[in-house]
Amino acid sequence: MLAFIIRRFAGLVVVLFSITVIVFLLFFATPGIDPSARLAGRNPSPETVAAVKHEFGLDRPLPVRYGLMMKRLFISRDLVSYGNQALKVVPAITSAAPVTFSLVLGAAVLWVVMSIAMGLLAVTFKGTVVDPLLMIVALIGISMPVFWLGEVLNLITQDRLHDTFLFSWVPPLGYTPFTENPWQWFLHLIIPWITLSVLYIGFYARVLRANLLDIQNEDYVRTARAKGLPPRRVLLKHMLRNSMITFVSLFGLDFGFLVGGGALLTEVVFGLPGVGRLTFQALQQLDLPVIMATVIYGAFFISIMSALVDIVYARLDPRIRPS
Amino acid sequence: MAEFAYEPEPEPEARLAPGESAREISGRSPWRIAGRRLVRDRIALAALALFLLIVVVSFLAPVYANRIAHTDPFDSHISATTTVDGKEVDVIQQGGGELGLGEVPIGPTWQANYFLGADNQGRDVAARVLYGGRASLAIGIGSAVICCLIALVLALLAGFFRGWLDATLSRVMDLIWAFPVYLLAISIATVLLTTPEGINFGFVQIEASSLWVPTLIIALVYIPYVFRPVRGQVLSVREKGYVDASISQGASNLRLMFAEILPNVISTVIVMLPLMIATTVLTESALSFLSIGVQPPQASWGTVIEDGQGLLYTRPWVAIAPGIMIVLTVLSLNVLGDGVRDALDPRAKVRVKE
Repeated sequence: MLAFIIRRFAGLVVVLFSITVIVFLLFFATPGIDPSARLAGRNPSPETVAAVKHEFGLDRPLPVRYGLMMKRLFISRDLVSYGNQALKVVPAITSAAPVTFSLVLGAAVLWVVMSIAMGLLAVTFKGTVVDPLLMIVALIGISMPVFWLGEVLNLITQDRLHDTFLFSWVPPLGYTPFTENPWQWFLHLIIPWITLSVLYIGFYARVLRANLLDIQNEDYVRTARAKGLPPRRVLLKHMLRNSMITFVSLFGLDFGFLVGGGALLTEVVFGLPGVGRLTFQALQQLDLPVIMATVIYGAFFISIMSALVDIVYARLDPRIRPS
Repeated sequence: MAEFAYEPEPEPEARLAPGESAREISGRSPWRIAGRRLVRDRIALAALALFLLIVVVSFLAPVYANRIAHTDPFDSHISATTTVDGKEVDVIQQGGGELGLGEVPIGPTWQANYFLGADNQGRDVAARVLYGGRASLAIGIGSAVICCLIALVLALLAGFFRGWLDATLSRVMDLIWAFPVYLLAISIATVLLTTPEGINFGFVQIEASSLWVPTLIIALVYIPYVFRPVRGQVLSVREKGYVDASISQGASNLRLMFAEILPNVISTVIVMLPLMIATTVLTESALSFLSIGVQPPQASWGTVIEDGQGLLYTRPWVAIAPGIMIVLTVLSLNVLGDGVRDALDPRAKVRVKE
């Protein structure tokens, strides 16, 4: 097991290094234009371009430039945005990360609880109208663009029905840190949590249902039934527990993906100042240092999460542990 | 935000779909069996019909704009007027807002001209939604097909030759996989958009505003999601007796890859294609919503939703209508995908999500 962990982490280091190289080459070595003009943002002044050229050592060979860039990202952490000189990129990301984390954490709780409930209900009521009905709802959830769903919910809760008893509690768009006011933090995030989780509820409910139906004829399930366990116990203690292996590994990857920047659209629609919205604002300015940093942050987070998932998975299921 | 995985059964042998007797499938080719199953699947057929209807209607956008709405959806009509119930009204109304301030485009007239109202440049929203559908569907279908073709060829090469070629291709795919799909697409799109003269491959020149840019970006980011399962299948099919038989008859590598192995892995790709299009349509709408997909003045469902964002509380139809089109398209493709999967391989598990 230890050897497996060490090997997995060695692989991770290679992946992380390659990610920085790819992103660097993409932003600095794509043939066609001068990277200093690109770094300096939209319509830069000649002074800015000259300053950028000097700062990034663009007259030096490519590996040196790569080293300089990584030093500014990871060691001195003083990479600045050119659209807004006051914005230091690395601190901007670290201060935005808790917002993204709040959003994803709440949504994750919601989607795990709801999808397990829907999956179990669908299997329990298989053969009745409940099962296809739940699955149609799940399918619609999967088919909605998340930013559109967010806008429709905004339209309903912020405007059309905001003055009725239903949604008068919904605060205006924005974010309140948990440390400042936990109750306001909660209120501000309810609608974003729902929006972000809808897709995953639908998806996980479908996966869980298919998985439960798949294993219902396995020997151990038949044995459990044959020895007279009540159906509910068979479903919860035998079938659900086994389905959880797939569920957990999916969950780890999706969670990493969302914290790593995948919640971008939800953050934009609800005005939550997380990492995704930082990327979005940088995008409006074509502010490359910020975009580069958020992309590296996201890819790092996902790679690390997927390494962790592999290790947890190997711990849960010894069969996949490579010898 | 897309994740896409397909787990083909390790040994795809003939299985009976629910309600099917062994006599119905004995002695028939796998394609005939799959075709019969699909034709009997009423829900999948209805989904296919809905999808085709959306495609046809979207590609008739110029007819709608010229013959029915009589409007140019790419030009601004800020000072234009239209006729509603016999009265002439401005398309952009002054002080029409709730506070009596600002300019508000006309809302849905539910008539031929400005059926769904106008956006803030006075353009006919209904016509733009149809044109937008044309672009969204072209990009969605185009990128899914390109992605599947490239992934299929790469997977055949990797799985057939193995060795260093397989190792290299698999590592490259792992790397693409490590990036969040949207962030990778965003990086590539920003680099291309800051390259004003477009990309020059030497033999083809693609402008930065061309629909090819989002199509190729989306195709690229999803290649690993198709490559991985297909490569696994190629590796296992390669060990089959009929491939050995063909080798012993002196078949060339090309013949082995395309005549022996390809027909046995193509069903995996066919199962993935509808779900892939659903995913790429959603991705295109997201990129366009972030203004790095389809570039103005061209429209796509994502850009129309973006136009509607500023008008959300006053003229909600601008944002709602294209969203409904996306939901119907993606829903029909997902249902169709389930049907195709059940028809070709009744027990394999497919998962797709945006």
